[in-house]
Amino acid sequence: MFDLSGRKALVTGATGGIGGAIARALHAQGAEVALSGTRREALDALAGELGGRTHVVPANLSDKEAVEGLVPAAEAAMGGLDILVNNAGITRDNLFMRMKDEEWEAVVAVNLTASFRLMRAAVKTMMRRRYGRIVSIGSVVGTTGNPGQGNYAASKAGLVGMSKALAAEVASRNITVNCVAPGFIESPMTDALNDKQRESILANVPAGRLGTGRDVAAAVLYLASEEAGYVTGATLHVNGGMAMI
Amino acid sequence: MSDIAERVKKIVVEHLGVDAEKVTDNANFIDDLGADSLDTVELVMAFEEEFGVEIPDDAAETIVTVGDAIKFLEKNASA
Ligand SMILES: NC(=O)c1ccc[n+]([C@@H]2O[C@H](COP(=O)([O-])OP(=O)(O)OC[C@H]3O[C@@H](n4cnc5c(N)ncnc54)[C@H](OP(=O)(O)O)[C@@H]3O)[C@@H](O)[C@H]2O)c1
Repeated sequence: MFDLSGRKALVTGATGGIGGAIARALHAQGAEVALSGTRREALDALAGELGGRTHVVPANLSDKEAVEGLVPAAEAAMGGLDILVNNAGITRDNLFMRMKDEEWEAVVAVNLTASFRLMRAAVKTMMRRRYGRIVSIGSVVGTTGNPGQGNYAASKAGLVGMSKALAAEVASRNITVNCVAPGFIESPMTDALNDKQRESILANVPAGRLGTGRDVAAAVLYLASEEAGYVTGATLHVNGGMAMI
Repeated sequence: MSDIAERVKKIVVEHLGVDAEKVTDNANFIDDLGADSLDTVELVMAFEEEFGVEIPDDAAETIVTVGDAIKFLEKNASA
């Protein structure tokens, strides 16, 4: 099950904790993977670690032109595109009343607008090939909200609505469009929490632990597989039971 | 039949999986040939590829029959 041999995947944010785990998981199942991010050395390092079947396609997703060049670059490198994973994401937290336009715009640009443009480009080539899997990484916060994250929550909820609209348009072409919504995932940020902070977070997580990049990657792998062909417009929550939605 | 007309009809037959005799100049993609809105977008993309032209959205909207496509491409196609 979930064999991705011969499939060609583009993963954004591959230099990050979750994106790296996603790239590793897809690669381990046999996919050819195009790794994107802004930090070239980190991308090269990951590509080196994975060995064959990898390509490095850097792009700054705040830059319209760079975004527009990314799918063509990945396609050129791999000779096609079957799987797109929109994983790159940023936060610029601030209380609503203090949130600056720039903070709003920066988050929406990377998390939502770049994903829109990548999906628009990807779906064209997927339509021709009559096959495609698009997975975007949302967040539990897109459903529940979170103080200080008005911009981030909007961008993540936006991914869900956008994915459903596209899912309805292209379902007849064997293209699925889904989201994975992580809860609290271990990262350099969560590593910096002290025991008390960690305890208070875990009090709300029935699973009793933080999630890992691998937990998220497994959900992405499923939705990216041929086997998940009848699942579209869905959001798979990976949050240890923190919010059962 | 012009070379362009022939190529257009071939694309339509292949893409929509309809009989060649149904693909007349007057055939409407949606009403006569059973295309859905996504098919029409794909046809436009296929014409763009075959003829090396860009068909802007406002022009694409006026292409509703096979003849419309042939006329547009006879005027604008580079190859
Ligand atoms: N960690 C969590 O608890 C958690 C929870 C829910 C959802 N998520 C979501 O999961 C995804 C991955 O998060 P993470 O924890 O792995 O974060 P991370 O380690 O901070 O990674 C973020 C990734 O996004 C890329 N990125 C940021 N800005 C970019 C830009 N302008 N252009 C191109 N790439 C850019 C970064 O690439 P460079 O560093 O190379 O620029 C990096 O690879 C995000 O969408 C995040 O919102 C995370």
